[in-house]
Amino acid sequence: MSIGADSELSAPAIPPPVPKPLEESALRAFWQQFASSKLALTGLVVFGIIALAAVFAPWIAPQNPYDLAQLSIMDSRLPPGEASMDGYTYWLGTDDQGRDMVSAMLYGLRISLMVGVGSAVLACIFGTCLGLFAGYVGGWVEGLIMRVVDLFLSFPAILVALMILAFLGNGVMNVVLAIIVVEWAYYSRAVRGTALVERQREYIEAAECLVLPPRRILFRHLMPNCLPPLIVIATMQVARAISLEATLSFLGLGVPITEPSLGLLIANGYQYMLSGRYWISFYPGVALLITIVSINLVGDHLRDILNPRNQR
Amino acid sequence: MTTWLLRRILQALLIVGAMSVTVFVAVNVIGDPVEVLISPEATQEERARIIANLGLDQPLWKQYLNFVSDALQGSLGNSFVYNEPALELVLSRLPATLELAVFALLIAILVGIPLGLYAGLKPESKASRTIMAGSILGFSLPTFWVGLVMIMVFAVQLGWLPSSGRGETVEVLGVRWSFLTADGLQHMLLPAVNLALFKLSMVLRLTRAGTRETLSMDYVKFARAKGLTPARVIGVHVLKNIMIPIVTVLGLELGSLIAFAVVTETIFAWPGMGKLIVDSIYVLDRPVIVAYLMMIVLLFVTLNLIVDILYSVLDPRVRLESRS
Repeated sequence: MSIGADSELSAPAIPPPVPKPLEESALRAFWQQFASSKLALTGLVVFGIIALAAVFAPWIAPQNPYDLAQLSIMDSRLPPGEASMDGYTYWLGTDDQGRDMVSAMLYGLRISLMVGVGSAVLACIFGTCLGLFAGYVGGWVEGLIMRVVDLFLSFPAILVALMILAFLGNGVMNVVLAIIVVEWAYYSRAVRGTALVERQREYIEAAECLVLPPRRILFRHLMPNCLPPLIVIATMQVARAISLEATLSFLGLGVPITEPSLGLLIANGYQYMLSGRYWISFYPGVALLITIVSINLVGDHLRDILNPRNQR
Repeated sequence: MTTWLLRRILQALLIVGAMSVTVFVAVNVIGDPVEVLISPEATQEERARIIANLGLDQPLWKQYLNFVSDALQGSLGNSFVYNEPALELVLSRLPATLELAVFALLIAILVGIPLGLYAGLKPESKASRTIMAGSILGFSLPTFWVGLVMIMVFAVQLGWLPSSGRGETVEVLGVRWSFLTADGLQHMLLPAVNLALFKLSMVLRLTRAGTRETLSMDYVKFARAKGLTPARVIGVHVLKNIMIPIVTVLGLELGSLIAFAVVTETIFAWPGMGKLIVDSIYVLDRPVIVAYLMMIVLLFVTLNLIVDILYSVLDPRVRLESRS
């Protein structure tokens, strides 16, 4: 028995340290560590701006690209910087329907982010629950779950997604489903690994001695302590989900033409690439790239901070 | 070792079996083949006759057994579009994909390992930081968009390299290859680099991480203390030890390269399996989809098996662990 525990026993009158300020300072320390990398900070700021732009797209886009009344076919395929018939300047040009590329990209970003973040979050919930369960229960259940996880991890994402969409057809919900199926295993594997280590700790033993219901032990005690690796994976997986959605949409198997994401915008401009009208594909690609890179920069730095092996 | 191997092979067979059930159910339950195969104008009797002919009136498990016994004889039905046996069609496209994937893998290794080694040996230098930033870019860039930009720059604006097709091919052992002709190589360069980019970043990062870890090991310090030349320390002591994870990952990545070739092949109109499957999905050519998926599953399971075996040969610890 350690000295600390002894002194606590001998002096029960001393109140335990109030957890709240401690948590806050831990958060602050975490933030300071995070902010130490300018690159990661830039990534976070850029992603924040992109997310805001996507959320408020209908209010900041100069034109509603899917309101046919606002489009003029006379303005189609104008190069960047060209002015329209009624004097409005298309800073990034227009596509084959005469849509302003800036507006189309803002709306596309909205769908890309919605699908990417939404499916990553759902995959996280599903994968975490399964991983926690496996790590906590153990035995043959764990063995079975982990074999399935291994199976899913051994096939490349694009292939599994392709398979699902080949059978279900395209559509936003199908893409979300495909991404969840592709991604959940990463969360399960990571959470189960941490859960295996954490469940040996005293606090779980204490919780079990108190005969707390398993659900409570799982979600209130075990899960919060498995969070660090989860945060890293979730960040990276959002970027992957966005990229995967764009790839599937580019192949024509992702979102339907009525809800064009950035990937579909790129696909639409693909045929004009060879004739030198690069802007229809190029700028949505740049937007996609900036989004993914900013998320990855944040995720990369988070991994460095939260990796226990690096905390020497 | 033998029991371990047998158990591994059994596992692999189990996976193939499970996947065949999945594919079969996906084809026959989610999508109704009757709707695809029978014209809507067919009369009731015609419908019943065709359904009976196809064996679709039998219970599902019996249909599945038929499917498996046909598959084992190498018959997965005829393609609706090409009216050729689906499996042969997929196999005929395999060499194109294979040479592209292998070429891409070579690029990833030959560029990734030296760069990663450098970044690991001098982690604080400016060049290393640039390399690492570049690698983040490398796995952030969506493959298809990089492909488009490459076409835009090298094919459209500079006009240096062709943007589509396989170019001239040479027939060796009854199979047509592009990499043996100058024209074919030219055609292969853009798609191969495109396909390699993601793996290159990964190899680079793996090598760097491995190098940094190995450098702090006692045996490296000892080798240095013995007065070995830096080249020998790096070439023999460091490189040899970081190769195990890299070899494993690369083995598995060959499979994922073949899968990712779907995207690259579509962009560069490379007539491989990937382009075939995308085209087949568009027109719902189910026999080809099934044939492709079964091929890929088999390929993956085999690759995994080979990598596992290689791993245990390279790293004796694995063998000992499985024995105990």
